[in-house]
Order: sequence, then C-alpha cells, then structure tokens
Amino acid sequence: MTDPAIHTQGLTKVYTVSEREAGMRAAVQSLVHRRTEEVRAVDGISFELAPGEVVGFLGPNGAGKTTTLKMLSGLLHPSAGSLTVLGHVPWKREKDFLRRITLVMGQRNQLVWDIPAADSFELNRAIYRLPAGDYKQTLRELTELLDLGPLLKKPVRNLSLGERMKCEIAASLLHRPQVVFLDEPTIGLDVTMQRRIRAFFAEYNQRFGATVLLTSHYMNDVEALCRRVIVIHEGRLLFDGDLASLVQRFTSHKTVVVQLETCPDNLSAYGEVVSCEDGLATLRVPKGETPRVTARLLADLPVIDLTVEDPPIEEVIERVFAQKASSPETKGDG
Amino acid sequence: MALAQLYQAQFRTSLATMIQYRASLVIWLLGQVLEPVIYLIVWSNVSVAGGGSVGGYTTGDFAAYFIVLMVVNHLTYTWIMWEYEYRVRAGTLSAALLRPVHPIHADVADNLSSKVVSTPGILLTALVLSLVFQPTLHLVPWTAVAFIPAVALAFVLRFLVEWSLAQAAFWTTRVTSLNQLFFVAMLFLSGQMAPLTLFPPAIQTVAALLPFRWMISFPVELLLGNLTPQQTITGFAAQAVWIVLSLVLLRIVWRAGVRVYSAVSG
Repeated sequence: MTDPAIHTQGLTKVYTVSEREAGMRAAVQSLVHRRTEEVRAVDGISFELAPGEVVGFLGPNGAGKTTTLKMLSGLLHPSAGSLTVLGHVPWKREKDFLRRITLVMGQRNQLVWDIPAADSFELNRAIYRLPAGDYKQTLRELTELLDLGPLLKKPVRNLSLGERMKCEIAASLLHRPQVVFLDEPTIGLDVTMQRRIRAFFAEYNQRFGATVLLTSHYMNDVEALCRRVIVIHEGRLLFDGDLASLVQRFTSHKTVVVQLETCPDNLSAYGEVVSCEDGLATLRVPKGETPRVTARLLADLPVIDLTVEDPPIEEVIERVFAQKASSPETKGDG
Repeated sequence: MALAQLYQAQFRTSLATMIQYRASLVIWLLGQVLEPVIYLIVWSNVSVAGGGSVGGYTTGDFAAYFIVLMVVNHLTYTWIMWEYEYRVRAGTLSAALLRPVHPIHADVADNLSSKVVSTPGILLTALVLSLVFQPTLHLVPWTAVAFIPAVALAFVLRFLVEWSLAQAAFWTTRVTSLNQLFFVAMLFLSGQMAPLTLFPPAIQTVAALLPFRWMISFPVELLLGNLTPQQTITGFAAQAVWIVLSLVLLRIVWRAGVRVYSAVSG
C-alpha cells in the first residue's frame, strides 16, 4: 500500500466571529466589550486520497469546502486535527511542498492583468525554478490540451472569461503539481468551455498521475471526472464513497419509463405518474418495489419499451443536502 | 542564481505593466513634484522676507535643498503601505502565499522597475526647476560619490520599514490611520517640510534617533555639502543599524501576520 497523497484526521476549523447589533449604542458597547461567537466551519472530518485519485468534494454553499481546501493547500491553519499532503504539513508552507501543489480557484487571478499570459508564465517559470527543457515541454503540452496558441500573446485583460480561465489553469499547472486542488474551476463558464476544461483535467490526471480534489456546483463536472465523492454539510462528513453508491443510498425512488400504444387510465395503480404523452409514460416508483412494478407492467400492458433509471444526480445531491448534517455518517464502499 | 533569475523575470513583468500605465505614471509624478515645489516657494518667500536668509539658508540654498529632496524622495519612495490593505482585503495575498518565494521579492522588483521608468522624468523636472529657481549647489567629488550609497541605503531602509508597517493590515482593516500617522511623522522628521537644522534642537535630536532622517534627509544633507566626513560616517552607521533593526522587525511582523491571516481568513 502506497502512502496516501492526502490524509486528514479529525480536521477542524473554528472561526471566532465578533458580532454586534446594529445601532450607535451597540457600536459604543462593542468598543468596550466584544461579543464573539464560534463558528465551526469544518468539524472533524477525516479522509484519505490515494496518489492519482480524482475525488469530487461536494456540499452546499457554506458547507466548509473552501475552508477545507485552504487548509489542505496551507493557507489556513487548522484549529484541531491532523493533516498531511504529500507527507508535508501544509500550513508550514515549506517551499518543497508549495512546488508540488496547486490551488485553482474559479475567481482567482494569478495572471498579471496587463501583460500577455506568456509573460506571466515566464514569471512562474522563475518562481518555481523550472528547468528550461521541462518548462518548454509542459507549456507545449498545456498549449495543445487547452488550445492556448492564439491566446498567449494577448494582454490578459483582452481575453474572455473562458479564455482567461484556460490561461489561469495553465499557469497553475506549469510546475506540474502532484496534487491539484480545484475550487469551482468552471464557475461562470458556458457549457462548451465547461466540457473542454473537464476533458482537460481528465487528460491531465491520466498523463501526469496527479491527485485531484475538485469542488464544483456543476454535477456534470463531478460525474465526468470523479468515481469517488466526499460530501460534507455544515462542516461534517456526510458521505465518502463511490458516486454510484451515493446514488444508491440516497434515492428512495426510481424512474420507470414505459412506451405503450396509448396512455391507459389505470396507470397510477403502478406508481406515481409524472407524465404520459402519446403512450410514453414516466412513473416514479419506490426503489424496493421497482422489480415487482416492472414485472406487473410487462405482464398487464402491451409494453413496447421499458427502461428503469436513477433520478438525475442533482436530485440525489439535493436529497443528501436536505438531510440533517447530524445524521449518522454514511460510509460507502469506495 | 535562481533569485537573480526571479528578479529578472519579475523586473520584466513589472516594467511591462508600468509601461501600460504611462498616463497615471505622469499624474503620479506630478504629485511627487508639486509637494517639494510648494515648500520651495514658501521657504523662498520666507527667506526673501527675512532679508535673504533664514537659519543660515539663503534663497538659493532652499532651492537646492528642495530640488535634491525631490529627487531623493522619488528614489526612496514606496507605495506598499497603501497597497497592502487592498491585498489583504481582496485576497490577492493568498495567491502570493501559495508561491514558493517570499512575496517581498516581487515588491522590491516592482518598486525598482517603477524607478527605472520614472527617474528620467524626475531628473528632467529637476533640471527645469534648477533653471527656474537658480539653486546654489557646489558639488564636492567625495560627497557626490558618497551620495549614491547613501540614497541606496535610504531606499532599503525606507522600503523595509514601510513594508513592515504595511503588515499591520493583517491585524486591522483600518491601516489608513496608521499610514497617516507615519506620514505625518515622516513629513516633519525626515526633512520633507523643512531642513532639519531649522527645527529646535530637541526635535533635531528626536529626528536623529528615529529612522526618518536616514530615509530622506541624510543623502540630501550629504550632497549639499552640509556634513563633515565624520558626520557622514555616523550617518552610514545609523542607516546600517536601522536596516538591521527593521529586518528583524520585518521577520517578526511577517511571521506573526501570516499566522493571524491563516487563522482567520486565508
């Protein structure tokens, strides 16, 4: 068994937030006595990532995803618990550690706004002390994978959001980090660009064997890239395992789609009718009853075609988030 | 070696950025020129009203003083205290913290490259002002030579002190008031408003004990031939001591600042 690329144990981050009521009186009071409140942004989460794994890190806004990524990349000091990334303790920000990781944030600008991206890349080459040969080869590969050719010579401020994001990603990967933290890398991009960036990270992971931890609001990103997902909610770990078993565990219903000649009247006897048009019926059926219901449908009705589907992943995730965070932790088989 | 390459690359980047902002550079230069010119005009008038001299300074001496001061102030100026607050608030500091180099290097390169772009402008302005205000300046070779390291050390000192103080942005979001306090002290005690010898002896002693005089006034006094070789050596020693002290301060404040940053915001 190889050492994990990322290891966390009881990772916790507590922020102390000062609070005060509105108004002059409260303002004066707060000068003398400040009331503070503790916010547990991340509350004892433990997980491991093997080298080369691509894992989706999911949770609603404010779940603690970004705080966790910041702790993993060394920007935040944990309040409790232990963590190592590539054998380093991130918050010490050792140079050897920083040279082996990257954090890509959807809204972060690390490119210099007024000059062409190629010049910013040169700066990164000096910052990361990349040998000329390695740098050229990586740049060539990134240029090809992200189709950067025509963009490199233009001042960054003249690029579109998607073009800029591609250049940001390239700048973040020039030093070939072994661990890549992606925080909403496709935020604000159109569908084509999202697909493109997704394909790129899949390819990057394959080519360089990098470990990738990805947060995204777009379930398409997660479905395309990650077999395993970690779900957190209100700072606690809700689920860690296969994406498929997440769906299994958190769906109570399946969708049964039947193609018939016409829509029969007694369809609701088989399940909740979502729609029926021109004989194409969509039914919502409790998971446990699906085999029985499909058997009955096939026996009772002149079925032309029948499919059983899981509900869309978005719906599943919504269901997961709707659960109370304090419910017992669910371990998948991943 | 790697550091030299880093500076080279950073220098190129800063220069390219600087050139993109030619217009604002000119406006900024104008501000740097205007302040000493105003003091120059005020003191020239005071001197004329006083019968041609005040505290040993003739009208021509004042002109020389403020023109040299303008050049020295320009060469040692940094804007880091104003910029840092923005960095902490906007989170651009996080990007810097993720890089395997100390962020101060980028700032040094940035400041130096800006001087490369703007110094010709300041020197030209100094020339024009000399034609208008007729300064009395008798250059002595040894002071002219000693002036160069004195300005360089003044820049290093001013940069280190202001960079350290800029770290206050980690603790409070109201850095501006601290900046104001610092610049008021600077205005009086560095010789920006008037030559230090015109102040009461008590204030002169304070100015000599604090770092301000060694950031601006010292190279000016030196070039104008107001200092003996003995006083010049003392001046260099004072600069050296303050540079060492501010390096220590910078290390302490930076480490503590990052600790605070990584505890609350990241």
